[in-house]
Amino acid sequence: MSKSYYDPSDLKKFGNITEWNEELGGKFFDYYGKVFEEGALTAREKSLIALAVSHVVKCPYCIDAYTQDGLQRGITKEEMMEAVHAGAAIESGATLVHSVQMMNKYKKLSM
Amino acid sequence: MLLKSLKKQKNELANSQRQLELLSNGVFETGELPKFSAQLASLKQFPLKPKTLEILQINIGYMCNQVCAHCHVDAGPDRKEIMTRETMQQCLDVIKKTGAHTLDLTGGAPEMNPEFRWFVEEATKIGVKDFIVRSNLTIITANKKYYDLPDFFKKHNIHVISSMPHWTKGKTDKQRGDGVFNASIKALKMLNAVGYGMPGSELKLDLVYNPSGAFLPGDQAALESDFKKALLSDFSIQFHELFSITNLPISRFLDYLIASENYEDYMYSLVEAFNPEAVGNVMCTNTLSVSWDGWLYDCDFNQMLELKVDSTVQHISEFDKDALENRTICISQHCYGCTAGAGSSCQGTVT
Repeated sequence: MSKSYYDPSDLKKFGNITEWNEELGGKFFDYYGKVFEEGALTAREKSLIALAVSHVVKCPYCIDAYTQDGLQRGITKEEMMEAVHAGAAIESGATLVHSVQMMNKYKKLSM
Repeated sequence: MLLKSLKKQKNELANSQRQLELLSNGVFETGELPKFSAQLASLKQFPLKPKTLEILQINIGYMCNQVCAHCHVDAGPDRKEIMTRETMQQCLDVIKKTGAHTLDLTGGAPEMNPEFRWFVEEATKIGVKDFIVRSNLTIITANKKYYDLPDFFKKHNIHVISSMPHWTKGKTDKQRGDGVFNASIKALKMLNAVGYGMPGSELKLDLVYNPSGAFLPGDQAALESDFKKALLSDFSIQFHELFSITNLPISRFLDYLIASENYEDYMYSLVEAFNPEAVGNVMCTNTLSVSWDGWLYDCDFNQMLELKVDSTVQHISEFDKDALENRTICISQHCYGCTAGAGSSCQGTVT
């Protein structure tokens, strides 16, 4: 067993999850594949969204995968970093908007 | 930034035998990844045999004004291998008698061969359907004596195919050298000005895209659309088609993969992307590659690995169509580069 929780080579084995549940694994990969097809959004736009979300959910496998995917699509490093900032801004905003609750509670309890 | 060829640096990867050893060792020796021959055998396509010869690709010299980081030819200003008029004449004799519809001149920078214009003029007289010159673009602006190349190409109805790894300066210069992007833009404008690449124009101008790093090319149509949009809006430049070509793990690109510790992952990517459909259309099945000194190869990559055709006939001077069409194509693990994803050839994807 690896001494580390994350091993980059595990990404290559992602497809193996179907071995322990073919039906659900299969459905997941079908869904996943369909989501990233060209649609109302381009596959390029979806790749950037995936990259931003990869950072927000802090998935190292996804970051590797979607950085490479972006390079393959000719996405520039400036575009990639802006996408990550968009994700980070939402994540920070999600934290900060809770401070309204803090303010409300503070005011309610204070004389 | 590279300034000298691997050969000039006396780098061990300038030795083709060493490259072939590397391509057969490691993950392929342990069986972690299947060898290319095993993949073909599982499809009942081993040994790989050629079909009818359609394209004659002639490398008229390894000399180039650029030293690109990914160059499989290891071309550069310090390379002195140049095709002579005598060998060119032997090529012309072959062009006359083969049924090949495409003549494809490459290098190095083919325009730097002192006999280039003579060869183009003589080959034009024979008349092939598609006469390609692979121009690196910057040669057109490199020296006054090359400024008239767009007119020369136009006069002989040459199909110009040029490399451009990205529509931004940073990525282009990183792969092809400082200043290459601006010089390429200038050259593309000169080609557009005489009619090359314009919508509806018969003067064909296509671009070749190679990834600038250890990753595979994305979808060719999507990249073409992005290139067209960016070059038109930023520079008012037009071109016809974009060919996306996978970097094969040989020569300078192999050196880069090893030095950057990307070699194994890259080979994994190529093997994972192996597309059985591409096998039937790989370019070695309809192309012959001729080196500056007249030897025959299955493709330009095999030429650089010094894998001569496996035939009783190995030199342009003794060309025999039937003998060559009966040969077996020489393969190694670099061939995975031509079968990954949508496949890859000098004419772009193959599926």
